[in-house]
Amino acid sequence: MTLAGLLDRERTIAPPGYNRWRVPPAALAIHLSIGQAYAFSVFSIPLSRTVGVTSSAPDDWTLSTIGWVFSIAIVFLGLSAAFFGSWLERVGPRKAMFASAVCFGGGFCVASVGIALHQFWLLLLGYGVIGGIGLGIGYISPVSTLLKWFPDRPGMATGLAIMGFGGGAMIASPLSVRLMEHFRTPTSTGVAATFGALGIIYMIYMMLGVWTVRVPGGDWSPPSRTRSATAGQVAAPKQHSVGVVAAVRTPQFWLLWVMLCVNVTAGIGVLGQASAMIQEMFPGRISVGAAAGFVGLLSLANMGGRFAWSSLSDYIGRRVTYALFFSLGAGLYAVIPSVGRLGSVPLFVLGYVIILSMYGGGFATIPAYLRDMFGTMQVGAIHGRLLTAWSTAGVLGPVLVNYIREYRIAGGVPKAEAYGVTMYVMAGLLVVGFVANLLVRPLPASVGEDLSTSGQG
Amino acid sequence: MDRDNVGRGERGAFGLVLAWIAVGAPLLWGVSQTVVKSLALMGR
Repeated sequence: MTLAGLLDRERTIAPPGYNRWRVPPAALAIHLSIGQAYAFSVFSIPLSRTVGVTSSAPDDWTLSTIGWVFSIAIVFLGLSAAFFGSWLERVGPRKAMFASAVCFGGGFCVASVGIALHQFWLLLLGYGVIGGIGLGIGYISPVSTLLKWFPDRPGMATGLAIMGFGGGAMIASPLSVRLMEHFRTPTSTGVAATFGALGIIYMIYMMLGVWTVRVPGGDWSPPSRTRSATAGQVAAPKQHSVGVVAAVRTPQFWLLWVMLCVNVTAGIGVLGQASAMIQEMFPGRISVGAAAGFVGLLSLANMGGRFAWSSLSDYIGRRVTYALFFSLGAGLYAVIPSVGRLGSVPLFVLGYVIILSMYGGGFATIPAYLRDMFGTMQVGAIHGRLLTAWSTAGVLGPVLVNYIREYRIAGGVPKAEAYGVTMYVMAGLLVVGFVANLLVRPLPASVGEDLSTSGQG
Repeated sequence: MDRDNVGRGERGAFGLVLAWIAVGAPLLWGVSQTVVKSLALMGR
């Protein structure tokens, strides 16, 4: 049996009686690893001192140059998810997860060589391009598989995996710091060796997921179908199995694209500015340390919201969940400037915790919404195409927040009040999302093919 | 369709528990690190 044979879809079909709760750990092994991307900033300072070691030397890379590495990785995440989605559905999750592990781990190793040789293009190629492709394939592979294993609780299942992506940064950040301390010498920051070590660690850890993932057989059905977990959904998942090409031609796909884009834009815009924002809105009351603690709290809310909101959507329906995200979110964004003026730090923190939980929830609930709408046949490929909304929001969010803030400060507005307009713009974006969600209608029977009885697994 | 490619161990509770520990332990470690750091910073 060759390696390629071991990775074949046919080899991953679960036998009768297989416990489906073994699949989420396989998914988490992938998402906990690739979630490292959110912790890339921990390398920013060490990477800017690879020549000077204790301080930046003239030949060292600048922080803005290093920032490109993360941006390129996110761009390639979106592109590879969109491009390889159909391939994933064809070859199955094991081969796709294997490719993801090799790209993500291998990308770290190539980047490590680039850092050691001080060749920026190698760092960009390794972490940004190769690693970014690993991110994209790894993000969609387990999600698609879980949706097929948990047709009765799709929100909970995808929330679990996508929570792992949020939690991955919490593992990567302290792990990377400890590795850099371990490898640091008087003549090296230790960051090159840390990249190499992380590449090997992540590749091995992701392989746990690769070798344990299974797909359900064609005649498999969940243990109990007595509870209706799809209350309020807008389309019957058993009646539609729509291919990716047909799906992207529907207005429903683009309405969901807009919803994901505005939800992520609003969340990502404030996430990147959270530390500066709380300090400037409460001058003299919030220290740099307390602001960093606030950012940590937001990360926890982001992670917890992925599982909590997505699981809740199984009970209240995807449409109601997103209606809550957009209405509650718009309201909170609109009142936060007033809370800042009132000087209430606890209310400010509470508001942001809820906002960030919904930001995470938006990411985690969208695959289940896609599954409700288009079925599970090619949901991985459709999810991959939809993630281009994430790439768009990744540029739009920070640009909106930074540009509006700088424009206001240049116009003579005090820093503490410079965020007000930004918050109102974000609230407006969420209203757009609310309307898009309202416009989502069940697919007409003419879209796609009815393959609900053909056992697509 | 090869349905007989899974060992008995893969159906047992031991493997299931081991798989959840393998992903739960690092996640709990990471979350606890964040909580401790956040509390320490906010209390400073």
